[in-house]
Amino acid sequence: METMRTSVIVFPGSNCDRDVMHAISASTGTMTDLVWHEHRTLPRDTGLVILPGGFSYGDYLRCGAMAAKSPIIDAVIKHASSGLPVLGICNGFQVLTEIGLLPGALLANTSLDFICDFCHVRVEREDTPFTGHYRKGEVLRIPIAHYEGRFYLPEEQLRTLEEEGLVVFRYCSPEGVTGEDFTPNGSPNGIAGIINRKGNVLGMMPHPERATESLLGSLDGAPLWGSVNSWIRGRLGE
Amino acid sequence: MRPDHRAAGLSDAEYGEIVRALGREPEHAELMILGVMWSEHCSYKSTRRLLSTLPTNGEAVVQGPGENAGIVDIGEGWGIAFKVESHNHPSAVAPYQGAATGVGGIIRDVLAMGARPVALLDGLCLGEKSCPEADALADGIVKGIAGYGNAVGVPTIGGKTLYDRCYNGNPLVNAMCLGLVPIDGIVSSRTARPGQLAVLIGSRTGRDGIAGAAFASSGLADDTRSSRPQVQIGDPFVEKLLVECCLEIHSKGLIVAMQDMGAAGITSSSSEIAAKSGTGIRIDADLVPLREEMETWEIALSESQERMLLIAEEGALEEIGSIADRWQLDWAVIGKVTDDGLFVMTKGGREVVSLPAEMVGGGCPPVQWPSCKPSAEAEGQERPSDPLDPGGTERCLFTILENPNLAERSRIYRQYDYMVQTNTVVPPGNSVSIFRVRENRSLVAVTMEVDPWKCSLDPFAGAAETFLKALRPLWVSGANHLGMTNCLNFPSPEDPGNHWILERSASGLAAVARDLACPVVSGNVSLYNENPSGKILPSPLVAVVGLQDCNNPPLRDRESIEAGSVFLVGDIKGTLGGSAFSRIITPGAEHKPGCYDPSKEKDFMKRALKTVRKEAASAGRAIAGGGLMTSLAKMCITADIGIGLDSTVLDTTPECLFGEWGPRAVYLVPERSTELFLSCWEGFPVRRIGEITPGGLTLEGHEMLPEETRAGKAGRKL
Repeated sequence: METMRTSVIVFPGSNCDRDVMHAISASTGTMTDLVWHEHRTLPRDTGLVILPGGFSYGDYLRCGAMAAKSPIIDAVIKHASSGLPVLGICNGFQVLTEIGLLPGALLANTSLDFICDFCHVRVEREDTPFTGHYRKGEVLRIPIAHYEGRFYLPEEQLRTLEEEGLVVFRYCSPEGVTGEDFTPNGSPNGIAGIINRKGNVLGMMPHPERATESLLGSLDGAPLWGSVNSWIRGRLGE
Repeated sequence: MRPDHRAAGLSDAEYGEIVRALGREPEHAELMILGVMWSEHCSYKSTRRLLSTLPTNGEAVVQGPGENAGIVDIGEGWGIAFKVESHNHPSAVAPYQGAATGVGGIIRDVLAMGARPVALLDGLCLGEKSCPEADALADGIVKGIAGYGNAVGVPTIGGKTLYDRCYNGNPLVNAMCLGLVPIDGIVSSRTARPGQLAVLIGSRTGRDGIAGAAFASSGLADDTRSSRPQVQIGDPFVEKLLVECCLEIHSKGLIVAMQDMGAAGITSSSSEIAAKSGTGIRIDADLVPLREEMETWEIALSESQERMLLIAEEGALEEIGSIADRWQLDWAVIGKVTDDGLFVMTKGGREVVSLPAEMVGGGCPPVQWPSCKPSAEAEGQERPSDPLDPGGTERCLFTILENPNLAERSRIYRQYDYMVQTNTVVPPGNSVSIFRVRENRSLVAVTMEVDPWKCSLDPFAGAAETFLKALRPLWVSGANHLGMTNCLNFPSPEDPGNHWILERSASGLAAVARDLACPVVSGNVSLYNENPSGKILPSPLVAVVGLQDCNNPPLRDRESIEAGSVFLVGDIKGTLGGSAFSRIITPGAEHKPGCYDPSKEKDFMKRALKTVRKEAASAGRAIAGGGLMTSLAKMCITADIGIGLDSTVLDTTPECLFGEWGPRAVYLVPERSTELFLSCWEGFPVRRIGEITPGGLTLEGHEMLPEETRAGKAGRKL
């Protein structure tokens, strides 16, 4: 049986690359390659591409801006246009918006503090490659750790984004109620993660790799890895 | 023109010693170098003798003091390298950069052992929140730690923060790093051999932090702005690359010896390697990659951050270079290990510096400052206090919980990424911080303590209690201590009273290290923490590393259980000397401090460990700041449970409810485990003081934690 093979792109300053590798291995037993940003191609058979969290290029200039110009990015864009899944976590989400694979930008939290904490997000869609093992409306307990996590899109485009149902995760209370009070970074509509129209490029500020072991406080991120694994196996089986 | 030796920071006697040993007058650059290397910060001249009295040997010790960090054995061939280091003076001048570079420096110390940095902790002694200048310093310090630690990808898993007026202009920033290292892969600074090359990797050298070490060896000036050029600027991005690069080079077996470039930069790192290896070293200043035009002595002493010095064989150079290139780091061969025992620096082919390597690093004669017990030393008697009525107890508890020193700290630690590397099992905000080591499936526990109030009351007993306050929560959580590191933060040792306090504090630490077999594996001294408006209280900081019994999950200091008993182990009464109660509620009252009983502490340790091994309790908390009531209140608030206290067992004196000192702990025990729990503590004072209830903390039917007290204290549930 074919299984998922993941490429985690390592930029100078990435620091969640190994965490993602461990999480995927622990929860799905599949293989992960760490791919240096200077490469121009992805390993053969790459199913999932992940842009991990961290501070690529020190977050100097603008978060994700320099990483978006890395040699590997063309291969990532090609991978995305072939319909295969691309996931950007935290700094990786910022990189995806800089590349233009996702709309918008991530701005400083309204508190102007870095925030590291567990929070809750509600799953808004279960029909994506990343969320097939969740139920719509399910509440996940999952950590965030960022200074620039407040999603921004001009009002009109934000409305379109919502109308098209491209929000996949939304900050909420433990009971699933959304609102400003439950949005740690001031993101509009509690947006924590969005997907492209084609449904294969997901950007999210929360860290599923930090919620993949009960020892570390939550298992709620694990189904995400399982979802992509199932989706890729399904596609390979076609 | 040769400057006066005093301007270089050398005393007449020290200068005389230099001339005698060299048989000539030192050249300008040599004088500048010796001025820095013989400063208190680099030479430990005032404390070397004192530090030699600390016990450093123990079963788990793989590397004691003398290297960049100490190392303890955590089993299956793995070790934890750790050390704490102060960055007090820089943080007083430029809080963000001062604190940030403190974190960067301690990370490189651990890296220099060949270890991957896996955790950070910070001990912060900050000025009063009501003082705007102090509050601004505090904010900058926290932001600096966050800015550096988060970007470098090492989780900040805990620490200790306290507030006192004495730190208003003298904040203390003690950064600790722990690293994971395979014991057969430990790098030393003693292994250089003649003919090998000195390779500098990392940032270019600039004019920042010149003579910062000397600056840290005197009191702060009234106008700290004039000292700004002595503060270094950190770049966590380069540090992250440097960590990965050095670890990759090391993994290929290409490093013979390694040293970080902290205080006194190229001079200290290269002369130390030469002195410890019994070799000489010849550095060519023309080969050092520079950011700007610099004098040779400036190149020698620059404290530009994010640089490492590697000693390697010539044949390894190509591979080292290609790895460094890939990490986009500057690198250069800047010199060669020689066999003449000399630290030589050349510029344009001319020898500008030629000093015995041994003399540069270790040649400074120790200084014995006079020591005299200060007359103001409190000699008060512990007078029994009047019992408190329930209303009074509630008000006292409310006031104590309102105090910044007892408040929860999520406002600070939420700014730190404490989860990156995905090993943090017990995060900040708990009595103990615990992280997992994947490589040998073990759990490592860390605590940090500093208690200036107890130390100012009685430096021996206070320092001992500080150490024990770090040990007891480890035991209660189920961890065996392996070793400790410390930072001796004190004012000027030149004052006989200060010096006496410093000596007594060190004796207190040494006594506990010996009695409880917890050796000192590394440490740091920071003196002259004073400015024209005042000096700090004696502030020895202790951090202890322990290993969790792998067969049992760690016992937490909180648990949301629905039913069960609350037990107090240890004496019914604590002592009020130096306690939160005496400081906050009855300032001015004289209370004699307690003193510790080694056999009782050991007995407590064995029983606490047994309690975890037998899984006889659901939660446990060593009683510390604020005493029994504060510990219970924190359990109630953080786990959202209630406790009904039995007033027939407890007495209502402040000594019982708010006393500190000594081995005391509270445990939550489910009914089915009561007998088991009691058997663990049989022969030790143990009392059932209450039961778990649906809500509130009640004593004699009186609510001690009304909603308004609870509100805002809960912080974030983790």
